[in-house]
Amino acid sequence: MAEQKAPRKLCLIASKGSLDMAYPPMILANAARMSGIETHIFFTFWGLDIITKKKMNGLNVAVVGNPNMHPWVHIPTIIGVIPFMSEAATWMMNREIAKLDFPPVGEFMEMLVDAGAHIYGCKMSMDMMKLKKEDLIDGASVLGAMEFMDIAEGAQIIFV
Amino acid sequence: MADVLATVKFDAEGYMEDASAWNEKVAEAIAVRESVKLTDRHWVVIKYCRDTFTKTGEAPTLRNITKNTDVQTKELYELFPGGPGKLAAKISGLKKPTGCI
Repeated sequence: MAEQKAPRKLCLIASKGSLDMAYPPMILANAARMSGIETHIFFTFWGLDIITKKKMNGLNVAVVGNPNMHPWVHIPTIIGVIPFMSEAATWMMNREIAKLDFPPVGEFMEMLVDAGAHIYGCKMSMDMMKLKKEDLIDGASVLGAMEFMDIAEGAQIIFV
Repeated sequence: MADVLATVKFDAEGYMEDASAWNEKVAEAIAVRESVKLTDRHWVVIKYCRDTFTKTGEAPTLRNITKNTDVQTKELYELFPGGPGKLAAKISGLKKPTGCI
């Protein structure tokens, strides 16, 4: 019953900031925490948008250059460049996410912090994007890649 | 405590096979085995899990628990430190929740 295996540890690297790529790391991190697994998420490059207060609730779905953009029929790139196509796709995806009872990005991240997931912003990306710790959600800390390597020792790592 | 569980069947992961064999004594015995000391706050969660099972036939998701009881995420993790998704269902005599959130 009580397995005596070494405790599992999960490290996720979130490198994309579009709406569709924001949910996978959050959902996996949440599932890990619900199962009692120690969880760390390192947000780097565009992934930083997911934990940046001013941006987290305004993430978008890209229509142009997205080969999966075929809600009914495939939307050709030439149609995708029409103004507000991306907004329409984003609106639709947000609606579907809400239907499944998944919270919006900001609320989801808050839930993860409360659930005890460790949240890090990549220092180098933050310097590049002129972001400060105060720009990130409460509970996030700033970390260099090498420090993340120390934390990730012995963990299962997923790059998103 | 041990005799309470003697006649109860569990699957390989420690979830009860038959939710109808559950009662409060069984819950207490499972909690002891999982090193959880039950308080009134645990019972708020357990009762909600049982109610949901009666209505839907499944264990509720944690999101459902925090939305429909006054137990919020942080407290839920304090109550069930080994992973509330697994432990709340186990102690409530239910299967692992199938929901992803």
